[in-house]
Amino acid sequence: MKDGTTNVLIVGVGGQGVLLASEMLCQVAKTMGLDAKKSEVHGMSQRGGVVTSHVRFGKKVHSPLIEEGAADVILAFEVAEGLRWVHYLKPGGTIIVNEQRIVPPIATTGKFSYPDKVEDTIKARVPHTTVIDAFEIGKKLGNTKLVNTILLGVLSNDLDLEESKWLEVIEKMAPKGTGEINKKAFIEGRQAAK
Amino acid sequence: MEMLLSGNEAFARGVYEHGGEFASAYPGTPSTEILETLARQCKADVYCEWSINEKVALEVAVGASWGGARAIAAMKHVGVNVAADPLMTLAYTGVGAGLILVSADDPSLHSSQNEQDNRFYGKFASIPVLEPSDSQESLDFVKDAFEISEKFDTPVLFRVTTRIAHSKGLVKIGERRTVEHAGFEKNIAKYVMMPVFAIVRHKMVIERLEALKRFAETTHLNTVEMGDTKVGVISGSVAYQYAKEVLPGASFLKLGLSYPLPMNKIIDFASKVDRLIVVEELEPFYEEQILAVGIPCEGKKFFSNFMELNVERVREGFIEAGALPKSTALPKQAQENVLPRPPALCPGCPHRGLMMALKKCGVNITGDIGCYTLAALPPLETIDTCLCMGASINHAFGIEKAKKTKKKTVAVIGDSTFLHSGITGLANVVYNRGTQTTIIVDNRITAMTGGQDHPGTSKTLMGEPTHAIDLVQLVKALGVEHVRTVDPFDQKTTLAVLKEEIERDAPSVVITTKPCVLFPSKLKPATKFHVLLEKCTACGACFRIGCPAITASSEKNEKGRAKSQIDLELCTGCTLCFQVCPEEAIQELKK
Repeated sequence: MKDGTTNVLIVGVGGQGVLLASEMLCQVAKTMGLDAKKSEVHGMSQRGGVVTSHVRFGKKVHSPLIEEGAADVILAFEVAEGLRWVHYLKPGGTIIVNEQRIVPPIATTGKFSYPDKVEDTIKARVPHTTVIDAFEIGKKLGNTKLVNTILLGVLSNDLDLEESKWLEVIEKMAPKGTGEINKKAFIEGRQAAK
Repeated sequence: MEMLLSGNEAFARGVYEHGGEFASAYPGTPSTEILETLARQCKADVYCEWSINEKVALEVAVGASWGGARAIAAMKHVGVNVAADPLMTLAYTGVGAGLILVSADDPSLHSSQNEQDNRFYGKFASIPVLEPSDSQESLDFVKDAFEISEKFDTPVLFRVTTRIAHSKGLVKIGERRTVEHAGFEKNIAKYVMMPVFAIVRHKMVIERLEALKRFAETTHLNTVEMGDTKVGVISGSVAYQYAKEVLPGASFLKLGLSYPLPMNKIIDFASKVDRLIVVEELEPFYEEQILAVGIPCEGKKFFSNFMELNVERVREGFIEAGALPKSTALPKQAQENVLPRPPALCPGCPHRGLMMALKKCGVNITGDIGCYTLAALPPLETIDTCLCMGASINHAFGIEKAKKTKKKTVAVIGDSTFLHSGITGLANVVYNRGTQTTIIVDNRITAMTGGQDHPGTSKTLMGEPTHAIDLVQLVKALGVEHVRTVDPFDQKTTLAVLKEEIERDAPSVVITTKPCVLFPSKLKPATKFHVLLEKCTACGACFRIGCPAITASSEKNEKGRAKSQIDLELCTGCTLCFQVCPEEAIQELKK
């Protein structure tokens, strides 16, 4: 992925902050002078549906969508969503799974059930699996809303983008007055996975 | 300066930079952000409005254009159907200042009721169609669109798709430049489309199309990129990006002006390559026209017209065509079977209360376009139809008049949709002696598209205070004598009112009065509820209201059925679960 295009698929559930995370990633790539594109579907996402954001960056990017089986990294904000999209990962790719479970209301109908031991299933498929409890790290930092930047910190280890650019973008894009704590969260995430 | 912009944001920027002065739209995914961006960033220079529907949006933009302002009207693909009446004759009258109609198509119907290909409207109306392939072109093509519109005296159809509208890319932005135009000038031969003048204008339309065909041959919007000549690819919009990704070395003819086609350029391109392959999303729009002039090409047999394309589908198509070796296919990996997450009505949504009461009424329920359509799915399963904007009232009327259905039929329609195109249907019910009950779920916002104002909300898109239509007075003025308002969170009263009105042998309207929980601002709950597990018998009554805040807990009853729990982060204190619990196991949380 040094010379070509890097493909990052960020997945989760509506309201988790997937879109803001992918926006930040794109901005970091742009700050490094790279071409960048991202694609996602709006509309139904606010109603608790599945959210995916395709991010691609490199010298020149054509398609805004990642080809199935070509993702270098998948960042899953929710475990079952990690499992749903794992087939997008290229052989040898990395998946980062945040240990949060969001059980959809459809599970109460008895017709569907939330899968068991999702992390194990993913690990069995993907040798490079990082499982992280970003919620817990956020709690330690005093704010569970930091999950977003913590996960970007974890993700940053698998991407060829400079730390200083990440911090620059987080400073700029974090809600007013939260720049410092978000940068701290990013660094916590970056170190947690090492 | 370079910015990361979505296609919609880039188009809005283009309107600003290229002297746009008037913009109108009715919200619709994936077009909504065009007007939202313009109103947020450019309202000092560009007048912006949410029009009551797409027909009005186009007609006011036409007025602005005739009045000398560069204008745009934006809508989703099905919105163009609503605006098709003015569009078809607008093709005859032409414009004053430049006029762009944006059609945001939704292949794969991510958030739509069909996946129609609106490039056909260009051919149907004999007007030019521009199709950008990324965010930069979404901005740049606005200049071309305004210039073509003014030079050829024609509206321009600017066709984007979800992957153009909602994908972001880097865009170079510039300064605003304005163009001077005179105001409206009397010219009945151009603007009064009675037969004697319209026939002359139709001749003009035919001549204009010939001129546009000549223009298509030379415009920079259509570009040839010669590479390997074994395969020549003709493509446009986002399909071009997928093809370029998969076959970077091939020869390309990229169409930015996708109607009328540059046939001489295509003939010339075809003569330089061994084989011509057309890659286009949805219908064989280019392919059929190219075949019609006798140029052999292939397309839809490799890239079907079903749902949106993507890189893997385009790769598979080229492999099938023999243009790529099989070995280039990425190894297919098994997809895991994970439970679905269908979108659901929000916790605290006022539609839930109405649907719970309606479910007990034993009626057919014709539905409309809006969040309430989600109640068609389990566990509520109340809505029985959904066709297009404003149709619910008319469907209920038709079912009643057909006299074959024993159960009564009621119509459910939202406030924004009722104002869009429901009023005429209700007038028709009264006029033609229908007896149905029409329920207006008035949540005081256009919710499904993300919370836009409308003529009932007392605020314009540019943030000015304005008159709010009083729905009760409005429906009374149409001749509906029985009009009731109900609080849908009060189940007992709502059910009683519904039963009374459904039984009535005269047209009636029931209006629910509780606002959307998300828009214009997220509701701050005054109270919340929790489950007393020792009282809960796991009967499942609260599960059946389909509230995302209520899930199965790890506690089980003696039969092994899960008791319920309420997510306090999500609970809005709407009380509906409290009202359905037969065991009084759901109680208000003490502060």
